[in-house]
Amino acid sequence: MSDVRIITGNEAAALAVTLCEPQVVAAYPITPQTKISELLSEYVERGTLKAEYVRVESEHSALSVLIAASTTGVRTFTATSSNGLLYMHEQLHWAAGSRLPIVMCCVNRGVAAPWSIFNDQQDSMSQRDTGWIQLYCRNNQEIIDTVIQAYRIAEEVYVPVMVCYDGFILSHTMMPVEIPDAAEVRRYLPPYKPHTFLEPERPRTINPVFFPWRRQNADGVLCDGYMEMRRKLQKGLEKARDVIAVASSDYAERFGRDHGGLFWTHRVEDADIILTGMGSIAAEATLAADLLRNEGVRAGVVGIRSYRPFPPGLPAVLRNARLIVVFEKCFSYGYEGGVTSDLKASLYGTGVDAPVIDVIAGLGGRDVKTADLLGAVREAMKSLESGDRACRTVWLNCREEE
Amino acid sequence: MNRHDDNISGVCTPAVGEAGKTGDWTEMKPVIDPAKCTPAVKGKPSCFLCWLYCPEGVVSMTIPVTIDLDYCKGCGICAEECPPNAITMVGKERGRE
Repeated sequence: MSDVRIITGNEAAALAVTLCEPQVVAAYPITPQTKISELLSEYVERGTLKAEYVRVESEHSALSVLIAASTTGVRTFTATSSNGLLYMHEQLHWAAGSRLPIVMCCVNRGVAAPWSIFNDQQDSMSQRDTGWIQLYCRNNQEIIDTVIQAYRIAEEVYVPVMVCYDGFILSHTMMPVEIPDAAEVRRYLPPYKPHTFLEPERPRTINPVFFPWRRQNADGVLCDGYMEMRRKLQKGLEKARDVIAVASSDYAERFGRDHGGLFWTHRVEDADIILTGMGSIAAEATLAADLLRNEGVRAGVVGIRSYRPFPPGLPAVLRNARLIVVFEKCFSYGYEGGVTSDLKASLYGTGVDAPVIDVIAGLGGRDVKTADLLGAVREAMKSLESGDRACRTVWLNCREEE
Repeated sequence: MNRHDDNISGVCTPAVGEAGKTGDWTEMKPVIDPAKCTPAVKGKPSCFLCWLYCPEGVVSMTIPVTIDLDYCKGCGICAEECPPNAITMVGKERGRE
């Protein structure tokens, strides 16, 4: 009998963490993530999660605790949002550079100023270059399944993974979620084997100063320098492309649910109008595509699940596109939306020359309805039909500056 | 000849030379004049203020006093503290090996 419960995204995340049996959890409350840390502390108190729960005075400390814990060879978890994630920024680099397979949920929330507690994806997307893997979920079932996959991915490539999902839209919304069987999760997720860890019997220094050049250690081994170590991090993320795909397909075999590896598609086989995005807005776009299909428009959706590593396979899926509309809840100020930039770059030289319309939507929690997405696509199609092939950025449902 | 460094994160073990030969950081090196150095002059263990003050622990408590230039960073504290001014800092070619 499958165990299906009606739960919020945050409860799905907390249950997934429990199934993965981390030994150390440290988190600091911040809306809309707070419920995860509350639930985990409750599970620890009840004894259903046998972990050390470290109460900390900030997000910077939370991740510092996990870095230390992970360095002793244990599985760890934290969760945060928005300004809390930004407060972790330096430690994000330390965790990735130390190749520690920490898993964190980022419950996406807009970043101040002005102050907002509501959803967009500026928080995690602005942490793009910290060396973390970033996976985006579109519903609560995907959250529980992705957190479990995240541990397997992280521990295979030794790169930390951020599981991102939209604040309130998913974190506080109840949906039916099938809870995976604990024994099957244990089979899917082998015990964590650290690549290197501190133990009193073998004293070592972790992260001493690295020089620009390579140098010999006391044993005569020519050790890698800073640049080689950073390149190894990139190799880890490159390897993650395949590992994410396999983690996903193996999960589908065991649990019967396939959320896609690096990306997922919806009715793209013959589609020439492609809608794309990450997280819940991409799920919303599937409804818009279905409505367009009813009108005879060959619309489809490509949902980007892995923002980093960015999927290399998109041009193949987009090869028949006449128009690409990107919906994103983030902006790279002074340029355009981050997904749009990456997508355009991945299409360069591949022969796909469809105009890419960058639709910035839902910043700071502004509601995005299917009809709004539909309107934006229709507008873009109208421009294309009038012969306008320019790429442009549109701020959806936003008052124009006069 | 060199084995491969398969570490994926920055680690080192406590050992002499693990951080590289830090003596090549220096621009000046200390030179001891045994005609002035107290233990050398008296022929018995005495003074050793250079040994005491050296922040790198590269000065020996021996007669004569020696300084391991592979790891001396050339700070000049020994020369500053030496009561009979037996230590002089002299210029050294800069650069790593």
